[in-house]
Amino acid sequence: MEENYAIEMKGITKRFGQVVANDGISLAIKRGEILALLGENGSGKTTLMNMLSGIYQPDEGEIYEDGKPVYIRSPREAFSYGIGMIHQHYKLIEVFNATQNIVLGLDDGRLDLAAAAKKVKEICSRYGFEIDLSRKVYEMSVSQKQTIEIVKILYRGADILILDEPTAVLTPQETQKLFTVLRNMKKDGKAIIIITHKLNEVMEVSDRVAVLRKGKYIGAVNTSETNPQMLTEMMVGHSVSLNIDRPVYPSPQRKLVVEGLTCVDEEGITKLDSVSFTANTGEILGVAGISGSGQRELLEAIAGLYPVKSGSIRFVGDDGAEKELVGLTPKKIREAGVGMAFVPEDRLGMGLVGSMGMTGNMMLRSWKNGRGALVRRKEPENLAKNIMEELDVVTPGIDYPVRRLSGGNVQKVLVGREIAGEPAVLMTAYAVRGLDINTSYTIYNLLTEQKMKGVAVIYIGEDLDVLLELADKILVLCGGRVSGIVDARTVTKEEVGLMMTEYRPEEGRL
Amino acid sequence: MSAETRTPLIRLVKRTEMAKGKVFGIRVASIVIALILGCIPMLLTGTDPISAYGVIIQGSLSRPIYIKQTVKIAIPLLGCALAIAPCFKMRFWNIGAEGQITMGAVAATYFALFWAESVPHVVLLAIMFITAAAAGGLWALIPAFFKARWNTNETLFTLMMNYIAIGIVAWLQGGPWEGRKGSQLIPMFQDSARLPTVLGVHCGWIIVLALVFIMYIYMNRTKQGYEIAVIGDSVNTARYAGMNVGWIIMRTMFISGAISGIVGFMIVSGANFTLYSGVADGVGFTSITVAWLSQLNSFAMIAVSMILAVIEKGANTLQTRLSVPASIADIITGILLFCMLSSEFFINYSLVFRRREKKEAEA
Ligand SMILES: Nc1ncnc2c1ncn2[C@@H]1O[C@H](COP(=O)(O)OP(=O)(O)OP(=O)(O)O)[C@@H](O)[C@H]1O
Ligand SMILES: [Mg+2]
Repeated sequence: MEENYAIEMKGITKRFGQVVANDGISLAIKRGEILALLGENGSGKTTLMNMLSGIYQPDEGEIYEDGKPVYIRSPREAFSYGIGMIHQHYKLIEVFNATQNIVLGLDDGRLDLAAAAKKVKEICSRYGFEIDLSRKVYEMSVSQKQTIEIVKILYRGADILILDEPTAVLTPQETQKLFTVLRNMKKDGKAIIIITHKLNEVMEVSDRVAVLRKGKYIGAVNTSETNPQMLTEMMVGHSVSLNIDRPVYPSPQRKLVVEGLTCVDEEGITKLDSVSFTANTGEILGVAGISGSGQRELLEAIAGLYPVKSGSIRFVGDDGAEKELVGLTPKKIREAGVGMAFVPEDRLGMGLVGSMGMTGNMMLRSWKNGRGALVRRKEPENLAKNIMEELDVVTPGIDYPVRRLSGGNVQKVLVGREIAGEPAVLMTAYAVRGLDINTSYTIYNLLTEQKMKGVAVIYIGEDLDVLLELADKILVLCGGRVSGIVDARTVTKEEVGLMMTEYRPEEGRL
Repeated sequence: MSAETRTPLIRLVKRTEMAKGKVFGIRVASIVIALILGCIPMLLTGTDPISAYGVIIQGSLSRPIYIKQTVKIAIPLLGCALAIAPCFKMRFWNIGAEGQITMGAVAATYFALFWAESVPHVVLLAIMFITAAAAGGLWALIPAFFKARWNTNETLFTLMMNYIAIGIVAWLQGGPWEGRKGSQLIPMFQDSARLPTVLGVHCGWIIVLALVFIMYIYMNRTKQGYEIAVIGDSVNTARYAGMNVGWIIMRTMFISGAISGIVGFMIVSGANFTLYSGVADGVGFTSITVAWLSQLNSFAMIAVSMILAVIEKGANTLQTRLSVPASIADIITGILLFCMLSSEFFINYSLVFRRREKKEAEA
């Protein structure tokens, strides 16, 4: 039997201190198969895969490759067994071009770049990668960087590929391209394990689904014999409703007026080009667009973190008085009494302090409070406890470094803190990226709750289905320009998709 | 079987948490191992390690007078480690403490030389203290300003500033402040410019112990300490939280430089009673070791600076008694640094030996 499996893991247990990340897990994958690994945040998916790729070693249990027991002590050894993993964070050298990065770190005698480049090209054409190999990494989009990582692993001869949430950073189009490549690799007899939280992707690309829950193996099912509802129940352990409520707020008012906002980056490239819109209280304004269309710059400019070349951003107070925000630092904005909350895309790099616990991170919003030179710890501590309880943050304690928490819990800490400030404007960038279904719906509900409290919510999202269900209005960005603002209740996914790729100013505006 | 041959005899496992007591045990063990390894160079120089260590302890701690001298060595080390800790916490690599000490000493010396006649004792010391702090702080502010404004490399910048400071003193020594013509020496301070002694050691020890408490509170309890910790983790997060990063870098460097300047004041006014270009004597660099080994914890710095002082003082005795070169102190300090840093490795990783029972089952 065993000979059938490319990889078989038996009774794998892995502990981190008191945390049992994996508890006697057995998992197997055949060649020519795409296995989706599913589970809530913190259920141990990444940990399990890290043991295949040599980053961790199991405390208990065995791993077999083609029926033979193997012991994988390092990523290098994993490669010698033909196992390669694409992590969520790419480790590429920015100033090198694609080929150099792919070939880098291989010590097979002399480095023959020309021959290597030829081999790389061959891999690309074989599996259908579209990439300019002479481009430097710092000029590349996330999706292109990911492509390089995959090619790099194939170049090293991997025939068992593990992808940890590869689609989290991709647009729907890019995801489709990735899936085409994956199918080609499957046809080529490679074994592929993909971790994703998006059930429609699981249904679309995988042959089999294995589910983990709280570190335990729940079971595996053939994709053709299951559906999202059933998978969710396997993951969560009870039934959940996958519907988003969209109540109507009775009296929306203007809260944030953006007019002709233009931003230029350090290299002089225009990132935002005369963007104008109004965000109202009691409304979720969804922002759609291909990644890198200016979403990040838009939110950062509003938050006072990105230089504005021209235009105006005005905050409308409850009394109707307008306050100009352009030119103000985040500190000044706060001092001006503008309640603005911001959940940035880069959670640990911008929104949180990874080395501190929840308490220390709560202080990020309140550390200035109170007179005197000393920080007040009591309130942030209580806030941390509240958020931990209300949002079910899984952490050994409120002083446990948030960097060590699983992705979903990190996001809960960040969103929890931002909402706790009772903002008037709440901006979120990719708020559910990397979050499991259950947590995602928790976040959607939280946002809707905020909206019904009269908060003006700006939600940058990548999942169009969710945008259409959650938002009241959708602003579509295309290359830094607004290609339309549409009513989310009436527009179709296709219409939005079209506006994302083509700038057509004559399209209807609200 | 292949599994057996594939399983390594010893493997590394990353740990997450460890009991505080165990961590402490490992740290102590690393010091013991360092002392054992320190025997090797002694044996190579033909010295009996046991008696050598005996001499080191004797020479540094056996009599009150020796203890006083040892404490005198530890004071600037401790003070300067306290000074650079905030910078390192902020990931601002200030290796210019040497120069900041020197500039503090220059300022203090100016008043010691030219105001001693006209100002009463305590006032004079207060002026020297304050101006030394200001001079050290301003000296440190220069690289901080360039870093904040144009993002220059602080490591190189602070390092170069050391040599400028030393150059300034060399010029003063041979020029404007020269005592007897041609002596290349600055005159000794008058009594009124010297720090009083308390329990036989200049009162600098009280100042640094006070600083230990102050810096502990500053780093762990104050808003400014919090800002420093956030910047050390992520500059973008600091900006996001509304912190003015450039300003905080400059402020922190000023404080750091000011403390180094105070150390400079204590050296000239408490120990040397004069100024010469080697006034900092490597303290600015050795204190990096102290700060690092203490993991930037103020209280740990007391112990670490004392250990290094004991080794240095003891090694001097070793040289006179057993004619072992005093540079043995540097070697032992190096071994100590190595062992303590590797102990961090054992705190983060554990060794797992191949399981016995498996082998037995095989047999
Ligand atoms: N290096 C580590 N140190 C301590 N705890 C860890 C470490 N890595 C993971 N954990 C813990 O192990 C558990 C499983 O984490 P893991 O990252 O494998 O989850 P995951 O299923 O990949 O979650 P997500 O979907 O959020 O990525 C979590 O509770 C996490 O806090
Ligand atoms: Mg994960």
